[in-house]
Parts: sequence; C-alpha cells; structure tokens
Amino acid sequence: MNTIIEEIQKTETIDAMDRPKANALEHEAIYIIREVAAQFERPVLLFSGGKDSITLVRLAQKAFWPAKIPFPLMHIDTGHNFPETLAFRDKLIAEMGVELIVRSVQDSIDQGKVIEESGKYASRNTLQTTTLLDAIEEFKFDACIGGARRDEEKARAKERIFSVRDDFGQWDEKNQRPELFDMLNGEIEIGQNVRVFPISNWTELDVWTYIEKENIEIPSIYFSHPRKTFLRDGLIWSAADDIVFRTEDETVSERRVRFRTVGDMSCTAAVESHADTIEKVVSEIRESKISERGARIDDKRSEAAMERRKQQGYF
Amino acid sequence: MEVLKIATAGSVDDGKSTLIGRLLYDTKSLTEDKLEAIEKTSRQKGYDYLDFSLATDGLVAEREQGITIDVAHIYFSTPKKSYIIADTPGHVEYTRNMVTGASTSQAAIILIDARKGVVEQTNRHFFINNLLRIKEVIIAINKMDLVGFSQERFNAIKADFQALMAKRDYAEQKITFIPISALNGDNVVTKSKNIPWYAGVTILEHLEHLDLAAVSNSGTPRFPVQYVIRPKTQDFHDFRGFAGKVYGGELHVGDEVVVLPSMTKSRIKAIYFHNKKYSTAPRRSSVTLTLSDELNLSRGDMLVRAGDLPAMDKEVTATVSWMDAHSLVTGKKYKVQHGVHKVWAKVDAIIHKIHPDYSGIEENVSALQMNDIAKVRLRFNKPIFYDRFKEHRTNGSFIILDSSTNNTAGVGFID
Repeated sequence: MNTIIEEIQKTETIDAMDRPKANALEHEAIYIIREVAAQFERPVLLFSGGKDSITLVRLAQKAFWPAKIPFPLMHIDTGHNFPETLAFRDKLIAEMGVELIVRSVQDSIDQGKVIEESGKYASRNTLQTTTLLDAIEEFKFDACIGGARRDEEKARAKERIFSVRDDFGQWDEKNQRPELFDMLNGEIEIGQNVRVFPISNWTELDVWTYIEKENIEIPSIYFSHPRKTFLRDGLIWSAADDIVFRTEDETVSERRVRFRTVGDMSCTAAVESHADTIEKVVSEIRESKISERGARIDDKRSEAAMERRKQQGYF
Repeated sequence: MEVLKIATAGSVDDGKSTLIGRLLYDTKSLTEDKLEAIEKTSRQKGYDYLDFSLATDGLVAEREQGITIDVAHIYFSTPKKSYIIADTPGHVEYTRNMVTGASTSQAAIILIDARKGVVEQTNRHFFINNLLRIKEVIIAINKMDLVGFSQERFNAIKADFQALMAKRDYAEQKITFIPISALNGDNVVTKSKNIPWYAGVTILEHLEHLDLAAVSNSGTPRFPVQYVIRPKTQDFHDFRGFAGKVYGGELHVGDEVVVLPSMTKSRIKAIYFHNKKYSTAPRRSSVTLTLSDELNLSRGDMLVRAGDLPAMDKEVTATVSWMDAHSLVTGKKYKVQHGVHKVWAKVDAIIHKIHPDYSGIEENVSALQMNDIAKVRLRFNKPIFYDRFKEHRTNGSFIILDSSTNNTAGVGFID
C-alpha cells in the first residue's frame, strides 16, 4: 500500500489539463459495477479465468479503490478447464486478497442432478448451468456480474445490462425491462436474481486493446504456444485424451496455436497463430476474419443454440 | 476511440435490417463465418441476393416471423469511430422500444420507402426522435432503385417531410436527407453512380464527420452520489470518497460545491480515478471525489457547483411515455428513479394524451396504456433535484417503477 500512497503524493501537484482518459466504455462499466454494489445485498462476480472476466476484475478494482472489491468472485469449475487457467486464477486471487468461491460440475454429476454427456461432442458446457443455479440458491446471490458482450452472438445482442432471471434462472427474452438513459432498475422479488453485464457494449477488440493498454496479465494459453492437437470439422481441438474424446482416425500433431476465447478444453477450438505478445495478438484480432464465437463448438450446434441455453439459465 | 450511438427507425419492410447489414458488409465488419451463415440461409430461402437482415434479427421468434421485435445492439467500427446501432422496431405497438433505443443515442436514422413516401409511421419515428432531443437525424429515403432513382420522387418526399418538421418542438434538431438503396449499397458507404443528381454525402460519410462533443448533450455539471467509498484500512482510515458519474459539464479540484438536499457548502478536495489524482473530472467520467469538509453524504444526494443550483421540488409536470402492460392510473403509488435517487410518487393528473403522430392531443384521459405518451402532473414524497429535460437530458429524465411488479413501467421528461 505504501507505493500507492507515495504515488499519490507524487501527483499532488497537477496541472489544469490533467484528467482521466476519455474511455467511454471504461467509465460506463465502472458506473454499472458501482450500481451493483449500491443496489444489491449479495452480489458476486462470475469468474471464468477468461480475458473478459479478468477485465471485469480490473474494472471492479478501479471502481472501489482504495477499498477492496466489496463482493466475492465465483468460479464454476467444469473439471474440463485448461490447467493454465486454474493456475492463473489462484495466483490472481492470492494477489488481490479477495474471496473466491468454487463450485464444481463434478459435484452436480455425483449428486445425480445432471448426467454427463457422451459421444464425440460430449462437453460439460450445458451442465454448468445447473451448478451455477444451485450455487446462486446456496449463497442467495441477488446479482451475478458476468463478462458477456453483446457483440459475441446474436441472442446476446438483445440482452439488457441488468437482466432479470426468475427463481428457476430462466431468461424471458420477450418480457425484458426497458433500459433508459443510464438508469438501471435492480428491483427484484425474493428468489429472483439479476445477471449484470458491465462490458455489454465492448467488442472483442475493445477488450484486447484494454488489456494491452492497462498491461493486464492473462493466462498463457491466449498466446502462441506448441500444443498437441487434432482436426475435426475444420476446427483445431486440443488433444487432451482424458477429457476430449477422439476417434482413431483423428490423428494428433503438434501445432503452434493460441486460444481466442477460453472455455472448456472440450468446447473451445484453437487457432493457428504465432502471436506471442499482446501487441501481436491485438494486431491479429484487428485483421481477423473469423468471429470469436466461430471457435466455440457449443454455438455451432444450431443457429438458435445460444438463445436456448440462455433461456435455461446459461450465462 | 470515439463511440457514437445511433438509433434506427423504419416501418415494416422499409429495409432497416438490410441497411444495417449493408453498413456492416461495406465496412468489412462481417466476419467470414457470419457471412457464410448469411449466404447459406439466403440460399436455403431461395433468394438471389444476400439477406443481410439475417445478420441482425437475433431471436428465434424474429427469424420465424421475419420481423425485429426488440432492441438489438450492433457494433462496427471504422479507423475513425466505433459505432453502436440500437436497432429498434417500427411497428405501432413498439413505441416503447423506439423511446428506449433513442434514449441512449446521439444520432438517429429514419428510413422511408421511396415508393410509399411519408407514412403515418414516419410521423411517429420523427416525433419520438424529436421528443428525445436527438441532435442529428438522417432521413434515409430507401429503395431508390425501385423508383428509377427519381430526383422528383426524392424531392416530393423531402417536401412532405419538411411539412412535418414545421410541427416539431425541438427546432434546432439537424435533419439530413440522403437517397439510398440499402439492398445494392447506393449511398450507404459508397457514393452511388445511379444518383448523379445528389451531390451530398453517403450515410457513413455523414456519421464519420459528426463531432461527438457537439452531438452529445451538455449542460451544467451534476454529480449524483452513487456509492460511498470508506475503506477503513490503516492507510486510508479517514478516507471518505463519493463515487459517481459526472453529467452535463466538468468539475475541478477547488470548485465550490453545494450538497443537495442539505444545501451544505464545501469544496472539491480531490478527484480520483482509480489510484491517481486529477485536477479535472470530465463529463461522463466515473470518478471518486473527496471534499474539504467532513460531510456525511449518501446515495441519492447530489453535488452541484455553487451558483448552478438545479430546481428542487416535490411536484413536476412531465411528458411520460408508458411502457408497461399494466396501465398507468392516477392516484396509484409508484416508485420514481431519478438518476440513482429513488422517491415515492403519485400521478395527480393526466393533463392530456399526446398523439405521437402530430395529430393532436386528447383530454379527459383517466389512464395510460402501453405506448401512450402524455403530459402528467406528478407528486413525490421527497423533493428531487432536477433540470428541465430541454436543458439537461440526464438530470431532466426519470423512470417510473411499478412497485407491485418491479417493472420499469415508464419514462418521464420533465417540463
């Protein structure tokens, strides 16, 4: 803490032109996060270890400084995470000194609440909805902050910033509250909760340029690295044999890849890339011709895949 | 980078989704996989052109009915600006969505089908954009290819529209007419070769030239206290910071301020953004302020510069746009959220209903239905600190919450 105080004392004399940078999206996100802390009793920040939730953590730090983030972080552990993501998560939590809650899909499977998918495309992506809804009920969370963005997917383009879910976690997309000007209505009944999306209006490139500008640390799998992989349906899959099912004719070879989005190993495809620094990643995204969710196997299931999952309570 | 928010309005089949798709396509904002999905679906439907509307119509119900039913947000950018389009539907019954989309936008595009000209819907679209005081409005006269790119037709529609403009309340609103064909891309991003008689700019050129500071609404600085930061750590034991967003104008260290409602005077001691101090808090920045006196402020209080006091009153007259399935009734208790400040409210009287198509007013109304717009008289249990909507878009507006459903039931613009 001493370093921060010294920094402040150094900036005690300031000239008249000195003002925070006009990053409209950053100021909007901080406003939204502060509304959550002010309007709800038990908020939580859903933390996946991906770049969007890491960005949220940075924004929350800025929103409440010099106080700590006034709510816990929660990770829904599918058991299919990249080991690099988990290591990163634990390091970040230790540095920040905030509370981390972990709830695991494996427990939901063991309790018989969900049944593991089988076959070639088996993933735990849909199963985590149950684990999430159970955790919301267990801790009586009334607001869950998430890193979803409207530019990710068509159904998300209709999502509100404060999105009300009923006590079954359902999203009623035809009956959403209008959001006018800056005013956010967080009034709910007991049992309902609100999903909050502070970076709704950011694009993938906005997130990357923010990470670059703010010098935010992210898991190593976002950068080019050698990985054992195989090809399926034109996408590059991770060859993690204990988690991802692979047929005999799907041969493994090492490629230089990175991930643009970090979901589970069983539902996130890699892209071939030599971008090993944040600068190179940003310029690659700038020139990219494939959308981010194009590498999400879970969205390819059908054109309405995301909307159906969201109605059921998926993030 | 600058971010410009644009609301779009058009009647069914005016080609609004096609225009947005065209903007995305011609600015190379559609990624290969999205384009592929559009090509595939267009082929399946047997179209001999690319159905760009598929890029924006998000919900299953919309794809089934082929219409847009809610506000969708679409993002694209040029090297100069980032754009957010609020795609709002054009049906009569969806006035509420148009008001919602316009409330966060600095510019608007209203589409007119060149074959049909100004229709009743056009009146509504214009009325709402004018009511919300959008500074820049583009009237895109679409489907020019279907009227032989006729200059006469364009001028006739323009003249009809200008007659409508004479009725508007917010006369400073800037209107630009552009003849386009969204399907073929004429004058959307690239200049049309088919319309040689038109010397003006394309839609994108016009948007690129807009000065963001000039189209954003300004006024006197208002600082509603959103959250109080009290770390109570050893290093910041006595730190008491007031977190919030600055609206209307900027605040400076040393400014003499008045706290509402207590009317206590103090000075801005420091302006923090994260762990750095600044001398100026610009408009729309989310900062934390400390004051030179130890004052006990809480959420809902407001800091303003001494000498720049807003009105403080327990009664206001406002234009209300009703958005809920349960009708607004006089005498019922509602909650009003003015910025981050909540008060209880009752509607004392509905003065008159306003037809949002410029066809006049209706008196002796006892209730408001969804999509109705009316002038009403409201009474609060505590005073609010407000400016007229005309002078301050943020501090002159509020939302009405129905405390039995918690829904956002309406929005008000204070007279």
